[in-house]
Amino acid sequence: MTDLVDRQKLSYIAAQAADARLNVELETEGMTLNIGPQHPATHGTLRIIVRLDGEQVIWAEPGAGYMHRGYEKLTEVRTFPQVTALVNRIDWLGSFANEVPFILAAEKLMEVEAPPRAQWIRTILFELSRIANVSLFLGDLGVQLGAITPVFMAFRDREYVLNLIESATGGRFHPNFDRIGGLKEDLPAGWITETKQVMKKLRNFCDEIENLLFGNEIFQSRLRGIGVIPAEVAKQYGLSGANLRASGVDWDLRRDQKIALAYDKVDFKVWTHPDGDSFARCWIRLQETREATKIVDQLLDGIPSGSVMAKVPRIIKVPEGEAWVSTENPLGEMGYYVVSKGDLGPFRVKIRSASFNNISIVPWVLRGVYVPDVISILASLYFILGDIDR
Amino acid sequence: MGLVDRGRLPTPLTTLFNLGRSYSLWVYQWGLACCAIEMGAAFGSPRYDVMRLGVIPLPASPRQADLVVISGTVTDKMAPSIKRLYEQMPEPKYVISMGSCANCGGPYWDSYSVTKGVDQIIPVDIYVPGCPPRPEALLEGVVLLQQRIKNEDMGARWRGEGTHNRATQPIVVGGGPIE
Repeated sequence: MTDLVDRQKLSYIAAQAADARLNVELETEGMTLNIGPQHPATHGTLRIIVRLDGEQVIWAEPGAGYMHRGYEKLTEVRTFPQVTALVNRIDWLGSFANEVPFILAAEKLMEVEAPPRAQWIRTILFELSRIANVSLFLGDLGVQLGAITPVFMAFRDREYVLNLIESATGGRFHPNFDRIGGLKEDLPAGWITETKQVMKKLRNFCDEIENLLFGNEIFQSRLRGIGVIPAEVAKQYGLSGANLRASGVDWDLRRDQKIALAYDKVDFKVWTHPDGDSFARCWIRLQETREATKIVDQLLDGIPSGSVMAKVPRIIKVPEGEAWVSTENPLGEMGYYVVSKGDLGPFRVKIRSASFNNISIVPWVLRGVYVPDVISILASLYFILGDIDR
Repeated sequence: MGLVDRGRLPTPLTTLFNLGRSYSLWVYQWGLACCAIEMGAAFGSPRYDVMRLGVIPLPASPRQADLVVISGTVTDKMAPSIKRLYEQMPEPKYVISMGSCANCGGPYWDSYSVTKGVDQIIPVDIYVPGCPPRPEALLEGVVLLQQRIKNEDMGARWRGEGTHNRATQPIVVGGGPIE
């Protein structure tokens, strides 16, 4: 018996040695592939270094920093109202959503609360920016898997949302509309009926994408069972947003925390998916876009009247203190830790952006996958480079 | 093309060549930041549709491109790659700098990691101001570039005088030539 085991072991070692010899002879010791920094599939300038063994990834490392603009340092030399113009550009697809947590943190320090109407309009614009953000993801997803039609549809329908944001705020891309204590202006006339029509169009867009992409057999076979992230691992790596909910964790800051936005006035479903694979992440985002249109519809129905600006001093000086506010942004949890020393500007701002934590799982999730799946997993993780590097 | 090299191309032939070049611009999209999305809207969306201007936004590599659009914040870490890929493009080549960041640093004018203008590393033909510029502004930049190409002396350009010893001033969309 022992003899047999020994013989088995010996033959195993011999086979290994033969394999190693063969590898040396054929020079298949692996290859290092550099994806990016300029690559259409990286949503900006992310560089990912993967070491390959044949078709399989054995090691992957994201190289961030190509879009580092030094936000946290820049906020120290800006005044509080000027910071909103900067933080618009962190996650550039859902710009308005970046302003809200910062303004809420400043309001918390000043002990000011925006009037109800301002809170409702903030929430509406927040959800519109989520739609503008995620609709582009749904289009871009097709491009990264080799289908070019969805991106044209996404750009077509995204323009309607951008027009709404522009007509309300004056900025098509970067609204810079939030003020400490409320909003810059009230909504323009006719905005509410127009928004309702656009929301109908966006729901049609979601149906189109669902039929075109999510029902497609190739699409499903490229994404189902690929890049599975279990709930435990997702929590350990600090994932948030749709990436976390796709792993089956029922966690949404819109519902779970008390915050000065109108989310507690509306009825919405937080979608989760038990699978945790790439398909689940994409599917969750599709459902969230649809849910966001419903939230906007409900908010438009019940929008209160009144002023959109609370009484705040003309020159804003934020009292000494520290505040942390985070919200559920299109990409996940985004938060600002604002430290004020009583000056015109913040003393220090720590920005917690969703994408940075979301890509921290890349070395874990890419290990052992095949090269074509690298792109689909990165697409489904959905990050924005400005949100990673800041 | 010995005629072109010596700069003795007959005028009708120059006109014909320039017409052809101006309406088959292959654009290499260097999307970096927010402007990349507006560039995508201009180049890839049905509303703006850049292909009607004779611009083809899908070259496989910079080696097949005539025009590069630098759209977004150029950081010091990214700048060497931009320079290298610009050098891979064949002559005659053109550069559109899109957005305040690529023009001059934009809102990050006092940042420690941002290159204050892509014109520090590569020569720029058209500046499109805005943060980010609307897609229409980028399209106007493309049209202005096409007008410039039509009036170009091909001999000078092909001898390399266009890039290194620039005879013409860069154009700013919505403004005059800058000093």
